[in-house]
Amino acid sequence: MNFKDQPGAEKGMREDIKLPGEQNEFDEVLKDFRLSVHAWSEAAYLWPRRSVAPVRRRIWRLATGWALGCILVVGGASTGFWQHHQQAVRSAAARVAEQERLAARQRDQQAREEEEDLMAKVDSDVSRTVPAAMEPLAQLMADDETP
Amino acid sequence: MAMAEEIEAGEFSAVVAKHRPQIFRFLLASTRDVDLAETLTQDCFLKAHRNWASFRGESSAMTWLMRIAINLQKDHWRNRRMQFWRKTQSNAVDLNDASEWLPSGERSVEQQLMARERVALVSKAVRNLSQRQRTVFLLRYVEEAELSEIAQATGLSEGTVKAHLSRAVTRVRAELGGKR
Repeated sequence: MNFKDQPGAEKGMREDIKLPGEQNEFDEVLKDFRLSVHAWSEAAYLWPRRSVAPVRRRIWRLATGWALGCILVVGGASTGFWQHHQQAVRSAAARVAEQERLAARQRDQQAREEEEDLMAKVDSDVSRTVPAAMEPLAQLMADDETP
Repeated sequence: MAMAEEIEAGEFSAVVAKHRPQIFRFLLASTRDVDLAETLTQDCFLKAHRNWASFRGESSAMTWLMRIAINLQKDHWRNRRMQFWRKTQSNAVDLNDASEWLPSGERSVEQQLMARERVALVSKAVRNLSQRQRTVFLLRYVEEAELSEIAQATGLSEGTVKAHLSRAVTRVRAELGGKR
């Protein structure tokens, strides 16, 4: 393993890109940058809040999970209730429509019967009455029939 | 069998104790977020623990762990949900700037201020590097890894590592030069 283990340990800067004159200054800046990152990391690593953060995050995750769960349960229940309600409304409407259809059929039947009775009555009345103009003929028929 | 498992567990604990601060440091420098670095470090060692049996020692444990950390970090930023936060974070004023932590050493106040300013410029330049350039730059100049180790950890060839490093250094230099 060649990565350096000790934070803040010194080591000569790299030879990657060299520009004469400015190189030393640039190396110095990079060294400072490395030292700052090491110091920052060391301090952050030892902060007590690092053990609190995951717990807080876990609590948030739990709360979010519960909230989503509740929304799902309430949503599911209300959808079921709404569907049940819609079905009840539909069946009540169907019942009312059926009743109305039966009543209409009854009314039709009754009207037809009344009309038939009326026509029968008119026929019998017409068959019994003989108009005055036909009276002689009726008389002749009555005479022919006598022996 | 149980004995072997115990030995393995003991070895892994030793690896965690030895390398955890370094992995955390790399992730902190990459993400500039203490909580996120801590979470990713935990994920890294969790993943390493799960795959510990398959680690054959072809590279050093540190290189292997660093590779896992780099992949986790890459996956994290690739996640589309984080794009907004990344943008927000890169635009926000950085309160956790590394320059705040620069040890004073034996410098005068003026020298300290100048050094801090320069470190802040390097931090800014590093923040604006591409993810790959940043990884290579941090491994080289913060973790002081050799090019071959960086190549192993990133899965890139040494030539590609050199190219990324060169571009990163040029950009950092430009940032320093422009503000001087």
